[in-house]
Amino acid sequence: MNQAVPAIVRYHIRHDTRYRYDQPVGESRQLLRLTPRELPWQHTCAHRLDIAPEPARRQAFVDGLGNLVETLHFERDHDALFIRAESWVELRQRDLPALADSPPWETVREMLEYRAGRGFDEARLEACGYLFESRHVRVKREFADYAAADFAAGAPLLVGVNRLMRRIFDEFTFDPEATDVSTPVTEVFEHRRGVCQDFAHFMLSCLRSLGLPARYVSGYLLTRPPPGKARLIGADATHAWVAVYCPGHGWVDFDPTNALMPDLEHITIGWGHDFADVSPLRGVILGGGEHEPEIAVTVVPEDEFHTLYGSAELPGLQPA
Amino acid sequence: MPPGLIASYPHAADRYDEMLAAPGQPRPHWQPFAERLARFPESILGHRADFVRGAIEADGVTYNVYTDPKGTKRPWELDMLPLIVGSEEWEELGSAVAQRARLLNAILADLYGARSLLTEGLLPPALVFGQHGYKWPCQGVLPPAGIWLHSYAVDLARAPDGKWWAIADRTQGPSGAGYALQNRIIVSRTFPDAFRELHVQPLASFFRAIQDSLARLAPHDGEAPLAVLLTPGPYNETYFEHAFLARYLGFPLVEGQDLTVRDDTVYLKTLRGLRRVHAILRRLDDDFCDPLELRADSALGIPGLMGAIRAGRVLMANQLGSGVLESAALLGFLPAICERLLGETLLMPSVATWWCGEEPALEYVLEHLDDLVIKPAFSSMRMEAVFGHELKGDSRRRMIERIVAQPHAYVGQEWVRLSQAPVWNRKLMPRSVGMRVFAAATPDGYTVMPGALGRVAPRAGMEVISMQRGGLSKDTWVRAEAPVVRTSLLKRRLGVIDLVCGGADIPSRVGENLFWMGRYAERCEASARLLRAALVRVSSSDPETELRLSGLLDAARRSGVLPPDEDGKEDPRPLEEALTAALVDADQPGSVAANLRALAYAAGHVKERLSSDNWHALNHLEQLLSRPVATVDQALSALDQVMLSCISLAGFAFDDMTRDEGWRFLILGRRIERLYGLSTLIMRPLAEGVRERERMFEWLLEAANSIVTYRARYRRVPELLPLAHLLVFDGSNPHSVAFQVEALQNELARTARDLGHPYPSLMIDPLARRLADFDLTRFEAEDCELAVRTLRTLLAEAEDAAGNLSEEVHRRFFIHTVRPMHLRRVA
Repeated sequence: MNQAVPAIVRYHIRHDTRYRYDQPVGESRQLLRLTPRELPWQHTCAHRLDIAPEPARRQAFVDGLGNLVETLHFERDHDALFIRAESWVELRQRDLPALADSPPWETVREMLEYRAGRGFDEARLEACGYLFESRHVRVKREFADYAAADFAAGAPLLVGVNRLMRRIFDEFTFDPEATDVSTPVTEVFEHRRGVCQDFAHFMLSCLRSLGLPARYVSGYLLTRPPPGKARLIGADATHAWVAVYCPGHGWVDFDPTNALMPDLEHITIGWGHDFADVSPLRGVILGGGEHEPEIAVTVVPEDEFHTLYGSAELPGLQPA
Repeated sequence: MPPGLIASYPHAADRYDEMLAAPGQPRPHWQPFAERLARFPESILGHRADFVRGAIEADGVTYNVYTDPKGTKRPWELDMLPLIVGSEEWEELGSAVAQRARLLNAILADLYGARSLLTEGLLPPALVFGQHGYKWPCQGVLPPAGIWLHSYAVDLARAPDGKWWAIADRTQGPSGAGYALQNRIIVSRTFPDAFRELHVQPLASFFRAIQDSLARLAPHDGEAPLAVLLTPGPYNETYFEHAFLARYLGFPLVEGQDLTVRDDTVYLKTLRGLRRVHAILRRLDDDFCDPLELRADSALGIPGLMGAIRAGRVLMANQLGSGVLESAALLGFLPAICERLLGETLLMPSVATWWCGEEPALEYVLEHLDDLVIKPAFSSMRMEAVFGHELKGDSRRRMIERIVAQPHAYVGQEWVRLSQAPVWNRKLMPRSVGMRVFAAATPDGYTVMPGALGRVAPRAGMEVISMQRGGLSKDTWVRAEAPVVRTSLLKRRLGVIDLVCGGADIPSRVGENLFWMGRYAERCEASARLLRAALVRVSSSDPETELRLSGLLDAARRSGVLPPDEDGKEDPRPLEEALTAALVDADQPGSVAANLRALAYAAGHVKERLSSDNWHALNHLEQLLSRPVATVDQALSALDQVMLSCISLAGFAFDDMTRDEGWRFLILGRRIERLYGLSTLIMRPLAEGVRERERMFEWLLEAANSIVTYRARYRRVPELLPLAHLLVFDGSNPHSVAFQVEALQNELARTARDLGHPYPSLMIDPLARRLADFDLTRFEAEDCELAVRTLRTLLAEAEDAAGNLSEEVHRRFFIHTVRPMHLRRVA
């Protein structure tokens, strides 16, 4: 990015999900993780959900990892479900650390290892929670071996992570056809293909296999329309990247799909051990016969908002 | 031989013997039992061992070794000789186990709350966050009364110095207490005099404590608390125990699909509608409990359960996430944690354990491999324990490599030479033993079951005790100082609450399975009877065979006992072979064996609602067709046995079972099935001309189970009018169409009244009227064939009515599309 980037930016995000069922669904429960989290550099000015049909019950709670979850319960027959989440989010430029300014990666690993009687402060203890295998992340020697090339002895942690991110970007092909939600990370490694979620899971597997704490971040990314083309509604998607715990700095984000460190164009919804913890929508239905949902995400900077939506189709949520 | 019995029992110098203090010399608390044993002639002991085996078989006590849908049920193995523990020793053990339960509960509270054990360095984060059993969705969730661990078990072993050591903790959904109770019921009857004389402490009070505590601790908002036992289902390895315990505790046995969550409240889908559940004693692993927040691919769970738990609206015993403590790696950290959390010294030592995740421990383990057992640090690893001294050459090198590569995944544990106790194998043989001891949370702290599941290594010289590998079990007798007062849970005085709860909590699924149990029991008997009628008419030497079988094979095909002809081609198999297959081939739909399997399946799902006599008959039926059937004679005798067992089942159904709502569905199933089967059968001869028809009457009467009545009444060859009267219109014949219709009217009316549904009048009353109005004199008239046609139409209607009623019952009672309005009314 160049210096022309302003220190504060505002985005409007519209995230539509539509299910159409073959047969009526008698009962349905949905967990929604669609509210962007409050962060030092991120503030959600406004957020709302439009849901059709109206759920019998709607609640919210904060999960064990600090993400806001909204729950919906439908108890009447319906053959379609539509959920629109809209947010106005404000981002400030992050205080990105100088990569070389981080402790040697082995020191970080050692800091989080247990020694008889060694306690951990809250931040490090939280980091310890992201050291191990999870549903989609494996800890295996082959992942450590792959990452070893990027982590020379004594190399600063963030230098190593950055190199690993770039190598994944170079060596892996973005290919939505190659994988689905259930593709194991070992297969992603074997074929070196996948989407952002796969790259994130793979990078997490590498880092955790080295003994480094790393978590999965779910969010949105501002995309740029092709040169000369206008921004389109629904052309974006949800995005995923990783964050690494760096003592002295806290959690630092890396986006292996784009080989960059997220700053003013990444909007964070929440995080977890992997996709399973922060899936934007997760549900159980009785009856039905489910189709893949149609998902349409639109991220638009504040100054393009009216150009994009015009006045005819104004989203329900106005700038705060 | 008596004196030799004890004398010839080998005493091992290097280990503790439970029975003997020195060769030939029993320990004081064993003395009375050993003396009695020595007085018994060998033949009597043999008989008692047979009694134990027989009781296990008759009660159908099983332990599934594989989760194979076809069911690899293996009989529970119980040694008839009890393990005896003195009262003083037990007192010490009991308080140590109670303290341990208290400690583990405090650890759970900390790990899902403040996590001070981790911030203070008393427990490595790897052993918590690295455990599959640590459930992130449970972080910060406070259970009712602050109790995570309601039901706890610990495996104990005794070292050569006579001290008991804890070797493993069971904190998720410990199994074995029900088997211990079953063992007690059998062994106390095997040695009734010794049992009395030794003042053995009773187990019933422990189970009563579970009942009372769940009721008192559950969030109930002033309602009469309802507790259920949640099982993964009949394919689970310890399903027998789930059914047994549910019956003993008086809790409905439920599967995930029986429960539903609305407004953060858990409900049981019963025949009367939804009833709130206040406490869940679970045998379902936490991963499977809620597909919404835990494992998404679980079909066994209850969507939304986690929400109800978070809202504090239901007590989970145990709380989700409690399985995190089942790792051997924790043992070494417990003494310091006990000091920190309870301010007490840990009363019972754990077996010495080194977690390789700490460098000094890793070094120790590699240095002392021969004296250690290597175990996984994470319970999800599914690795068997490995004895260091058994590792040689390559396998030793590989193991060391694995440990060094991932030290935090391994644990070295001191190899404890287990104590030994005698088992009966035509003489007294020493085997390694251990105990699983149980504790339950009560409002006043933990109570420990005064007894245990005695666990015995499967072979002599074997050190590993595992039920999965075919271990034996023992009853454990804890002696009391003074004679004990015996109470049984089944006879305790009931309170008003019990009256309110009783009977009304029949899950819809149970109603459905009882209904199908009724249908299949009837179908088994009917198909056996039809097949028998065919088999007795088959004789290769007799040229009249074909004549006598006329229509019978066709009827068998129509009712599904024989497979339908493919493309009009006849079955190429010799007739006897086809008929035998229709008996024994369970893969052939409609065969007697297939019907039996379906019966067993339905009955297996309602096990806890059936009396032990019912179980015996069902077990017998299941065993019947496992024997080979090669000849017609063998087939006939197997069929007779099937019919006899079916008749016993019918007898229990009508005479022995409480006439609650569940029972009514069993009877509805039987009546609907018989109405259907009879109508189909009687229609067959009526389709033929006069001569052909009359040839079929004899087998028809046999298959319809009315031949004896007919002969008694008419003493002549069967004719149309009396036959039609007996099989269709005679309301006094329990095997007639009219009888089924009248019975169905009565049962449906009662069910409708009890459960508040409309009586399906249109589906049955017109049929009843037409049966009553049928003018039998029409058979004497000139247009007799016209009457036959009318009768056929009537029977076709009856057949339809049976099908429609079956669907109606399903629609009304078993499909739950309960609306919120309805829900608030019943809740």
